[in-house]
Amino acid sequence: MTTTPSQTVGPYLAIGLNWDDGPFVAPEGTAGGFWIRGRLTDGDGNAVPDGLIETWQADPAGRFDHPDDPRGAAAPSVEGFRGFGRSATDRNGEWGVYTLRPGRVPDVDGAPQAPHIDVSVFARGMLHRVVTRIYFSDETDSVLAGVPPERRHTLIATPTDDGYRFDIRLQGDGETAFFAL
Amino acid sequence: MIYRPDFDVHPRLDYDGYKSTALRHPKQPLIALPQSFTEITGPLLGEGRLGDLDHDLTRQHDGEPQGQRIIVHGRVLDSDGRAVPQTLLEIWQANAAGRYQHVIDNWPAPLDPNFTGLGRTLTDNDGRYRFTTIKPGAYPWKNHHNAWRPAHIHFSLFGRAFTQRLVTQMYFPDDPLFPYDPIFNSVPDEKARQRMVSRFDLASTQPDWALAFEFDIVLRGSDATPFEAEVDDE
Repeated sequence: MTTTPSQTVGPYLAIGLNWDDGPFVAPEGTAGGFWIRGRLTDGDGNAVPDGLIETWQADPAGRFDHPDDPRGAAAPSVEGFRGFGRSATDRNGEWGVYTLRPGRVPDVDGAPQAPHIDVSVFARGMLHRVVTRIYFSDETDSVLAGVPPERRHTLIATPTDDGYRFDIRLQGDGETAFFAL
Repeated sequence: MIYRPDFDVHPRLDYDGYKSTALRHPKQPLIALPQSFTEITGPLLGEGRLGDLDHDLTRQHDGEPQGQRIIVHGRVLDSDGRAVPQTLLEIWQANAAGRYQHVIDNWPAPLDPNFTGLGRTLTDNDGRYRFTTIKPGAYPWKNHHNAWRPAHIHFSLFGRAFTQRLVTQMYFPDDPLFPYDPIFNSVPDEKARQRMVSRFDLASTQPDWALAFEFDIVLRGSDATPFEAEVDDE
């Protein structure tokens, strides 16, 4: 069967996709919790004020509470951990999620990957999501090794006072590396 | 397990007809991402995300919204025809006059104090879902001179894996605006475009109450052993 095609979220995505608790991958105040904040910008460097960022990640033990994980579903190692985050961009293109550093997850050959968070970006003007990853250091893994060396820095979050910063540039100078999934 | 790619089904991110894509598509080639455990898992969000009346957009206010009452129902399947059970659907739409309850929508069509346009539900164990709502109106937009969007309802689905995530739009059969809409026509394949068009469903109408439209949604299939029983009605 043919799959259903993607269409843009359009300019009114906030009606359908805003959640009050969207940014909280883990409950606020969880030990070790921090914010990842960033700005979504277009090919002219202008803010994208009608975008949506979603994140998905392992818990701090590197496990997923999901039956398709071949290691078995694991209840979160941290109370209230959801693994999923969602943040609409504001008029300055800024978004943020509150989370914990994920543990290591094996790659398709069983080798450990560097701690990472999968990211989907949706917006008016995007007929399909784009997918990227947030990493926390320049430690490499088999996925980063597939990214041209001069672009790897676009996937590495930078430390801030309350966590990390991860700007997403859809096009142009410093364009974020995006993945085909 | 691996979710099979379906790149050919989807619109290109740079589509000339839809002007806003110009500055919002990557120009560098996408990089292959093998599907590790992060990609074959995803949020399994349940009843906790639903309010009592989230599935009925006509009963969320003191009065009834204006417009044609409709039932929108169908199944969420994967491309092997397997049901996707207990998965969250989120919908949003314009009111009967084609106006969204949103601060930046200010074209001169009336708002409806009895219509927000937000719905949520979970599929059942057979992948079925059902909403009651009103038929949205078409509305103008600024993409080109005299541009109008065909009536549509936005659908957001999680499936069971990050890889299956889908946001799409449901259209209504025989809409005369189809030939002029670049968003609808951004899907290159005719058969795939028709996947976005619901079917009038007389059998599911409620006499003296509501019309009905059926809309099945097909997510990427995997090479996994079936988790749920196969279904045979395709």
